[in-house]
Amino acid sequence: MSAPLLEAQQLSLGVDGRTLVRELSFRLGAGEVWCMLGPNGAGKSTFLHTAVGLRAAQGGALRLAGRALADWPAAEAARQRGFLPQTFHDAFSASVLESVMLGRHPYLSRWQWEGENECDIAMAALRAVDLAGFERRDVLTLSGGERQRVALAALLAQDAPLLLLDEPVAHLDLHHQLLVLEHLVKLARDRGKGVLFTVHDLNLAARFASHALLLAPDATVRQGPVGAVLTETALYAAFGHRVARVEAAGRTLFIPE
Amino acid sequence: MRNEARTGLRRASLIWLVLAAAALAAFAFALATGSTRLAPLELLQALVSPRDSIAGEIVTRLRLPRALAAFAVGGLLALAGALMQVLLRNPLADPYVLGLSGGAAVGALGAMLAGLGAFAVNLGAGAGALAAIMLVFALARRDFARQQMFGALDASPRLLLTGVIMAAGWAAVITLILTLAPDARLRGMLFWLMGDLNGAESWTPALLALALALALTWPAARDLNVLLRGEALAHALGVPVAPLRRRVYVVASLATALAVTTAGAIGFVGLVVPHALRLALGNDQRVLLPASALAGGTLLLLADTAARSLLAPQQLPVGVITAIVGVPAFMFLLMRGPQKT
Repeated sequence: MSAPLLEAQQLSLGVDGRTLVRELSFRLGAGEVWCMLGPNGAGKSTFLHTAVGLRAAQGGALRLAGRALADWPAAEAARQRGFLPQTFHDAFSASVLESVMLGRHPYLSRWQWEGENECDIAMAALRAVDLAGFERRDVLTLSGGERQRVALAALLAQDAPLLLLDEPVAHLDLHHQLLVLEHLVKLARDRGKGVLFTVHDLNLAARFASHALLLAPDATVRQGPVGAVLTETALYAAFGHRVARVEAAGRTLFIPE
Repeated sequence: MRNEARTGLRRASLIWLVLAAAALAAFAFALATGSTRLAPLELLQALVSPRDSIAGEIVTRLRLPRALAAFAVGGLLALAGALMQVLLRNPLADPYVLGLSGGAAVGALGAMLAGLGAFAVNLGAGAGALAAIMLVFALARRDFARQQMFGALDASPRLLLTGVIMAAGWAAVITLILTLAPDARLRGMLFWLMGDLNGAESWTPALLALALALALTWPAARDLNVLLRGEALAHALGVPVAPLRRRVYVVASLATALAVTTAGAIGFVGLVVPHALRLALGNDQRVLLPASALAGGTLLLLADTAARSLLAPQQLPVGVITAIVGVPAFMFLLMRGPQKT
């Protein structure tokens, strides 16, 4: 069996000496869709930033496709995992197409310019996030949700085996939340991608994820198949708020009290 | 759209070619303009056999060195401006935004105050600029280090603040020097502060530096395009963020230092040229960096020609011309720029 796309071993994370996650070990394999839940400040973004290599862990190890994170050359790592940050700040004008083609950066050699191939990949990614026809628009003129979908398209164009997404549906309307998550699930199912996304909507998490990581304020992490992790007790322990779990219309629904 | 992507390099080459032709035309105009006006044929003759006529002497001994210096300084400033705008991810950044011209001015004016000669003034400017560069680098060293790029805590605003505060400090010292200076030296100081190419004949280092600065940054231009979208994203796309930011800072700073040492603190070229080119050509640094160097050089060459011929024999500081052209041009660009909604 091949190495998991992402593996954490006894991973501890902290900010300013405060421990957020204590000794987390888990393996994310091809075709799995993991959601990461937890209250504000529980360490969700910190975990993603550590997994991308933007910051160091307090302890433990992270392995990307079997190789320690630090041993990956930057460009190779960029072909292995993609990352969607939570916020974007565009200071300059740029067309949507240019912005999406940035996702092809790791594949182009130093002197190579984007060609038809990159353009086709970018256009397909735009169609996947329902932004066909937007390619000439200036990113500065887009709404928050549209801008987020442009960033998602760039991530799709990057086409890495492992996708790490920090609140991919935060600014999206209902329809596009479902569209984007359905697309990610499809990528996992049809193309064996591994997906890890943070989200605050329990219903979306339960509907689209296969596995869950639930971060609690006491730095413990529950993990496993999504149905087993998202129990009423565990959610209360994590969020400090009672949530009723009901089965209706063939789905698991969460209703906060 | 497919065609546009395919012809990226071809389009860029065309842009560079047009700008290079404009630069050549500006050179011809600058060399022919002055107290002795030359017709195109006379200019050609003067360039081909400079020893045969007075015109030849004037063109090759006086006008050509100054024109080359103007072009190199303008190119350095515009390139440095384009790089600083990327580094700080701020379209309003210019080569002096981190306080470099202040440091250079303190060095140069200090040398003038001490009554030293032109060489010492240039030396003082260079030393002051280097001191300013190292101060900002030392104060903001965390922002150039690894592991400092998570999420919204992006390093650019803090680096910008560091530079702005340093500039304020330098400005106070400059005012102090101007206050202490005897009246006889004030005029020279003011000319220096405004930027002046009179007597700037050392064009070789500036021109070489321009070529070197381009050679050091242009190969990383696509990396810079990605860096503009934020450090976290750039890192995720495989860009070596910290080393690249250091390289950009060092190259842009040294380019500015050399420009300032050659011709004083000429304003607006480094701000307006990259900004205008971005609006006209788009924001691909592969196109923009060489285009900035060419257009900045051309603009300063024309401005300097105007500065020495408009009120001849009176010579104006070229900084006055660039500001008179630059302020309204910049206001215009600012007003019509895209609004964030």
